[in-house]
Amino acid sequence: MSVLIYAESAEGKFKKVALELASYAKKVADSLGTTVTAVTVNASDVSELGKYGVDKVLKVSSDKLNTFNAKAYADVIKQAAQKEGAKLVVLSSSTDSLYAAPAVAIGLNAGFASNVIALPESTAPFVVKRTGFSNKAFNFTEISSDVKVIALGKNSFGLVEASGAATAEDFAPSLNDADFSLKVEGVEKVSGKVTIADADVVVSGGRGMKGPENWGMLEDLAEVLGAALACSKPVSDVGWRSHEEHVGQTGKPVAANLYIAVGISGAIQHIAGVNSSKVKVVINTDPEAPFFKVADYGIVGDAFQVLPQLVEKLKEFKAKNA
Amino acid sequence: MKILVCISHVPDTTSKINFTNGDAEFDTNGVQFVINANDEYALTRAIWFKEKQGATVTVVNVGGADTEPTLRKALAIGADEAIRVNAVPTDGLFVAKQLAEVVKNGGYDLVLAGKESLDYNGGMVPGMLAAILGYDFINSCEGIEVDGTAVKAIRQIDGGKETISGKLPVVIGGQKGLVDEKDLRIPNMRGIMAARTKALTVLEPVGADVATKAVKFEKPAAKSACKMIAPDNLDELINLLHNEAKVI
Repeated sequence: MSVLIYAESAEGKFKKVALELASYAKKVADSLGTTVTAVTVNASDVSELGKYGVDKVLKVSSDKLNTFNAKAYADVIKQAAQKEGAKLVVLSSSTDSLYAAPAVAIGLNAGFASNVIALPESTAPFVVKRTGFSNKAFNFTEISSDVKVIALGKNSFGLVEASGAATAEDFAPSLNDADFSLKVEGVEKVSGKVTIADADVVVSGGRGMKGPENWGMLEDLAEVLGAALACSKPVSDVGWRSHEEHVGQTGKPVAANLYIAVGISGAIQHIAGVNSSKVKVVINTDPEAPFFKVADYGIVGDAFQVLPQLVEKLKEFKAKNA
Repeated sequence: MKILVCISHVPDTTSKINFTNGDAEFDTNGVQFVINANDEYALTRAIWFKEKQGATVTVVNVGGADTEPTLRKALAIGADEAIRVNAVPTDGLFVAKQLAEVVKNGGYDLVLAGKESLDYNGGMVPGMLAAILGYDFINSCEGIEVDGTAVKAIRQIDGGKETISGKLPVVIGGQKGLVDEKDLRIPNMRGIMAARTKALTVLEPVGADVATKAVKFEKPAAKSACKMIAPDNLDELINLLHNEAKVI
C-alpha cells in the first residue's frame, strides 16, 4: 500500500500543510512498510518535500493549472494515484483540497474521511480518528474500500523532519477539456495580512470590544504576534467587522496553535468552531463567561487596559528573544 | 428552473452530544433535530429564485421517517415538494449515490446543498454527487446568480474569494453568505398549514456500496482547569505561553 500526498503550493512554494502531510504520510508509510510519493502542480523546487519524508515527487507543470480548478486537480491526483498504485491518498484540509477530495474519492472508487486528526488507529482494518459534531466529539471511521482517501486536519500532526531526499519525476497527466468548463473570473485576496486559514496564531474580538473603533488594539496584538484577526458572529452581524473574519460553527473554522479571544463570552457555536485550536487564551471582564471553561489561560480583566500592556510586554519579549 | 435542495436533518447546535451502545452509536435521546444550517442558507436562496425568477423547489433528504418533520419545515418555509429516500444515511458515498438517482430522475438544473452537515462534518456529499453526475461543482459558495443557463458564483478561498462562471446544471456546496442571515425564513402559520397538503414522496433507496463506517465515538477528555492570571501579571502569561505551552 503506497501512500500518495497532494502537496499544495502557492507561487511555487510549498504551504506548511504540505510539509505536515509529508510528515504524516511518512509515519503511515513506515508502519505499512512502503514509501511516500507526492504529486505537485507547478512547484519548481521540490527538494523541501524530501526533508519531511517524501521519497518521490511527481511534478506536474501546466499553464492550464495555474489557477486552482477542483475538477482538473482531482483528475491529476487520481491519475497520480493510479500511476503509483497508491492505496492511500492524503490531502490537506485547506479549502481547495476539500473542494477536490470528494471527486478524487469518486474517481478512485474510494471511501473518504475528512478532518482526520491522528495516525490511523489501525491499518487493517483501516480506522482513522476524526472530529465530528462540530468538535464536540471524535468519530473513529473505518474505510473499507481498496483505495482510501483522507484529509488531515491542520496542525493535527505537526512537522517531523526525516533524513532522505526525494527523487523528482516529470508527470504529464491527460487533462480533459470538460474539466475546464467553470471559469475563474476574478480573485480577491487579502494581501499583506495573515489569513485565518494560514495563521498559526489567531486574535479574535467579540462584543466586549464595544465598537469597531476599538479594533486597533486587537490589530496591534495581531501584528506583534504575526496573527490573523478574527471576530465572533455578533460582531460580524452588526457590521463592526467583515463576515470574512467571522469564526465559529457557521463561520470559518480555526485550528490554530494559539487562539486569543478578547471580549467573547463563548457561545457554544463559537467554541465549536475554534475548539481544534491547541491553546486558548480568554480575556473577559465576566468571570462567569463560559469560554473560561474551555480555555487554557484566562484573564478576568478589562481588554482596554490589558491589551495595550500585553502588546508592550510582547514587544519587549520579542526584542529579547529575537 | 428546477431546483433541488439537499437537506440534512441534524442535531440543533446547542444539543448535548452523547453516545450509546458502547459508544458505537449517537444517542438521539432528548436531541432536537433541525435543518442543517448550511442547507438552510441554500434553501432560502432557492426560494428567492422561485419568488424572483420563477423556479420550482424540491427538497430531498436521505433518512428514516423520523426526518419528515424537518422536510415538512422546509415545505412550510416555501419548498414546493419534498422527497425522502427511505434509508439511514450511514455513509457520505451512499447518500451521494441516492441523491444522484433523484437528480437523474428529476432532471434538476440546479442542485443546492450545504457544504457540510454539522453532525458528521464529512463535507463530501455535494462534491461526490457532482462527480457521480459529471456536473460542475462549486464548493464553499457564498453567492450565486443564475441568468438563463448562465451561472455566476462567489466561492470562499483561503484568504479571500473567487468569482466563477459556468453553465447549468451545476451542484453548489453552499454556506453562510448565500443569503443574509436576517433573510432566513421562519415558518409562519400559513406556511405550516400549506405544508400539510404539499407532496412528500418516499422513495426506496438504490443499491449502493458503503465505503466508510463510524465504528466508535469518543468525547474529548475533560479539560484541566483554566489557569487564571491576574490582569496586572502579564509577564506570567507570556512566560506560560513561551515555556509551558510553547506557542510563542
